[in-house]
Amino acid sequence: MNVWASLILSLIAIGAVATVGAVAGAAVQFFDLSAAAWLFGVVIPYLAFVTFIAGFIYRVTTWARSPVPFGIPTVCGQAKSLPWIKQSRLESPFTKLEVVARMALEILCFRSLFRNTRMTFKGGRPLYGPNQWLWVIALAFHYTFLVIVIRHMRFFTEPIPGVLKLLEALDGFLQIGAPYVLISGFVMAGAATFLLLRRLAFANIRYISLPNDYFPLFLILTIAGTGILMRHVFKVDIVAVKAMMMGIVTFHPVAPMDIGMLFYIHLFCVCVLIAYFPWSKLMHMGGVFLSPTRNLPNNTRAVRHENPWNYPVKVHTYEEYEEEFREKMIEAGLPVEKEAAEEE
Amino acid sequence: MYDKGKVITGLAIFFLVFTFPFWSNIGKTAPMPERSLDTPVLQEMAREAGLDLEQALKEGAINCVEDKDYIVSQHMHLLNLWRDSVVRSGNRMYAGAFGKRHEMSLSKSCMNCHSNKKDFCDRCHNYMNVNPYCWDCHLTPEQMGTASDAEVKQ
Amino acid sequence: MADEVPKTSEMVKIDHAPPSTGWMDTPVVIRKGIYSYPAKKPTLDYLSMPFGREWSPLDADWKLPPNWLDILLEGMRERIDRFRSFRLFMDICVRCGACADKCHYFIGTGDPKNMPVLRAELLRSVYRKEFTLAGKLMGKMVGARQMTAEVLKEWWYYFFQCSECRRCSVFCPYGIDTAEITIIGRELLNLLGLNIDWIAQPAANCFRTGNHLGIQPHAFKDMLDFFVDDTENITGVRVNPTYNRKGAEILFVTPSGDVFADPGTYTAMGYLILFHYLESLGFDVTWSTYASEGGNFGFFTSHEMMKRLNAKMYAEAKRLKVKWILGGECGHMWRVIHQYMDTMNGPADHLETPVSPITGTRFTNAATTKMVHITEFTADLIRNGKLKLDKSRNDNLNVTFHDSCNPARGMGLLDEPRYVIQNVCNTFHEMPESTIREQTFCCGSGSGLNAGENLELRFRGGMPRANAVKHVHEKHGVNMLACVCAIDRAVLPPLMDYWVPGVGVTGVHELVGNALILPGEKKRTTDLRGEDLPGVEEED
Repeated sequence: MNVWASLILSLIAIGAVATVGAVAGAAVQFFDLSAAAWLFGVVIPYLAFVTFIAGFIYRVTTWARSPVPFGIPTVCGQAKSLPWIKQSRLESPFTKLEVVARMALEILCFRSLFRNTRMTFKGGRPLYGPNQWLWVIALAFHYTFLVIVIRHMRFFTEPIPGVLKLLEALDGFLQIGAPYVLISGFVMAGAATFLLLRRLAFANIRYISLPNDYFPLFLILTIAGTGILMRHVFKVDIVAVKAMMMGIVTFHPVAPMDIGMLFYIHLFCVCVLIAYFPWSKLMHMGGVFLSPTRNLPNNTRAVRHENPWNYPVKVHTYEEYEEEFREKMIEAGLPVEKEAAEEE
Repeated sequence: MYDKGKVITGLAIFFLVFTFPFWSNIGKTAPMPERSLDTPVLQEMAREAGLDLEQALKEGAINCVEDKDYIVSQHMHLLNLWRDSVVRSGNRMYAGAFGKRHEMSLSKSCMNCHSNKKDFCDRCHNYMNVNPYCWDCHLTPEQMGTASDAEVKQ
Repeated sequence: MADEVPKTSEMVKIDHAPPSTGWMDTPVVIRKGIYSYPAKKPTLDYLSMPFGREWSPLDADWKLPPNWLDILLEGMRERIDRFRSFRLFMDICVRCGACADKCHYFIGTGDPKNMPVLRAELLRSVYRKEFTLAGKLMGKMVGARQMTAEVLKEWWYYFFQCSECRRCSVFCPYGIDTAEITIIGRELLNLLGLNIDWIAQPAANCFRTGNHLGIQPHAFKDMLDFFVDDTENITGVRVNPTYNRKGAEILFVTPSGDVFADPGTYTAMGYLILFHYLESLGFDVTWSTYASEGGNFGFFTSHEMMKRLNAKMYAEAKRLKVKWILGGECGHMWRVIHQYMDTMNGPADHLETPVSPITGTRFTNAATTKMVHITEFTADLIRNGKLKLDKSRNDNLNVTFHDSCNPARGMGLLDEPRYVIQNVCNTFHEMPESTIREQTFCCGSGSGLNAGENLELRFRGGMPRANAVKHVHEKHGVNMLACVCAIDRAVLPPLMDYWVPGVGVTGVHELVGNALILPGEKKRTTDLRGEDLPGVEEED
């Protein structure tokens, strides 16, 4: 599938999602359709959340049902060997603790992506330069995403815990506008835009991209965009939003209110995102923890790794070998187990 | 399943973290905060219209400077506009939606009617963790009681 | 063969831009010089591998069994259940592209299907179609496609253009390892008799004779005897290796390439000299003709075949009642030993935790596998001052070190060989950082791709390595590329001749053999290759 087909398909998909949300919002706003409001404001969020949790657990347990038959860490530094050779404890972990540290670095700091280089081919020779900008953008994207999710907990907690207040204060420390700008939203939207443009700008990345690479980016951009619009341009009654959300999380859903089309687009896109999550590449969030090339110690010569399905195989035994070559072996003066038949 | 202990521990953590909004609210109800409009000034306005307060609000005999929905979602924006208008162009009068002119003043206009900051502003602001910096400079009605001439803190 | 390879000036015209058609819509074109000849029927039959037949990759009809699709899909299902790596790596790639320009075959060919991500997608697309709901429902939308004979050809072509070097895995944020995917991909191809000859033949040889080259026991001894003579000519000391000797303390296993082909043979002489030197210090070692192969072309066939070939090491160690095993310089051999052997063919309770009889050092890092890498062993000897060395005998060499993929990324053996080299050579220069240690580039011929008919692929894939050598050759005058891998020693010399003429290739223990001063040796005038030592001419 070429880039245009991929883009168009994923744009159609995201357009459809947004339209559904918009229609729901309009139904509530202009036609006072409470059925639509209940569906999009209560039923679908519940379903999406259950799909997310159950789907995530299902996917992880599916991976866990397959064993890791061999200890296959990708070793990225000096192994533990002779005592005077300095082991790279983070890149070639030997103990469990070292593995935990390696994994933490991988998951929290994207260690492997930080290693990235870029090959340029000049004058018939490849050159490799450092290339950390994808790492920077990826970190910015994931951490601001996290901040945004945590920040949104103000809609789901009452009273709001102090840490949330602190986080929001930090996020909004620029104090621009009313309500003031929260940096994370803009950084996340910017980073997602960058990831999208990167997919489009580099021929090889464009070539490997599938519609389902564009779709989540569009979805996240729509969510971020509607969120920012609701905060700064087409403001909505967030007290009503919180009342709705608190109704959901306390299992006492309140009749969803007319909060506007943008809100329903935002909410529906979030529902689609979390329901889509377990069935998509976004599961790298769970998968990275299970990656056998990262989460195993490089100690396979010191500690035996068990393979649960290790089965016996047909081997060529020494006896068979000697049977075939006995005479030649004797002639060459090689020791044998049994003397040649004639000599018996 | 292989690596049962680790996988289940991991999934349990996942489950607990992501269901935080649900379990942290067990046994709680969080009704939507109500903004109290029961202030002397508004009561007085209702009396002048010959209605009790509730009726007066319902029938539109008492109105804010703009439509209620607009005020609910955009009041912070309006206050910013007012501030800019007063500070930058010295223009202090605002033509409201209901044919009235209002002085663009948080203390003299808004807080005149809504003199009950605690039961009006703060309820929603606390509910949403909104910390407007209005009061960094402006006095609250309570403070105004002792310094009625001063609109701005020294 | 070499005359069929394009000139370097032609070779470097590489276009890394992808074609305008999407990769699913770009049919595979199997090109001469890139592919290796298919495995022959008798070879596969000998190994009890299915569907041996005469076929050509260039033919339209590959004579697949009628139920090939069922076999393949059943094979996938089985491997999904057996390998978490497989299932996980099928699922979690986000196609960030960090791996794309890390593959030496992509750098050297510009073929987008040699980008690790796309190589994996060749398999992933079928996985999605057959094993995921989204793929079944949405098809191409989610990158799923039907398995067809054309796709199978694509698999065969590209899974034999991956050397399982794992460089991409170093850079992948989720550790996705294309080697795992290629290994499984090749296993699947083998279910349909689609191996290549250069892998199947050595595997069959190894099964029968104990080594890839099919050297029979008496010939194996003859070859080593030949080195014994050569060593005596050079050093004046006659070494006396023993074979299949029961009761020896240590079994020595090295790749048979060291016994057979230059310059690996000089490395074998290095071992002989070292062992002889140590003999009087209490070193008791034997060679085996049955386990006369460290390398394991079964690893390039299937996990099962790897186990079948590898089994000989422990079996022979048990038969000879040795205490532990010492392993020679080899690449994938060491990945198998380090990451697979004990799991597959252990536990080796008949062996003991290796202890150096010379220094008393316990190799606790090999406590369960009970096999020590010779550079670990030698580094320990040097560190403890047990070796009398004359570095100057390597003064004609300006050395750099090529980290072989498997010892580097499969076991983390990085500083031991460097320590040895720097103690036996006076001049050593590292290649650029992004081409050594865990980021090392493959020789371009690993994982059984060191055939003759695919020389163009090998030279293309080896170009990044050669380019880094060229850099230090031009900058520091490096003229010798040291390595700890028998495939390297076989394939790097032609690669150097092609890209960087003037650079030779050596095993680390050849350098040790040159520098090591044997008790009672005569004044050496040549190195192990019979080339004059520096300063000899002037003295004459």
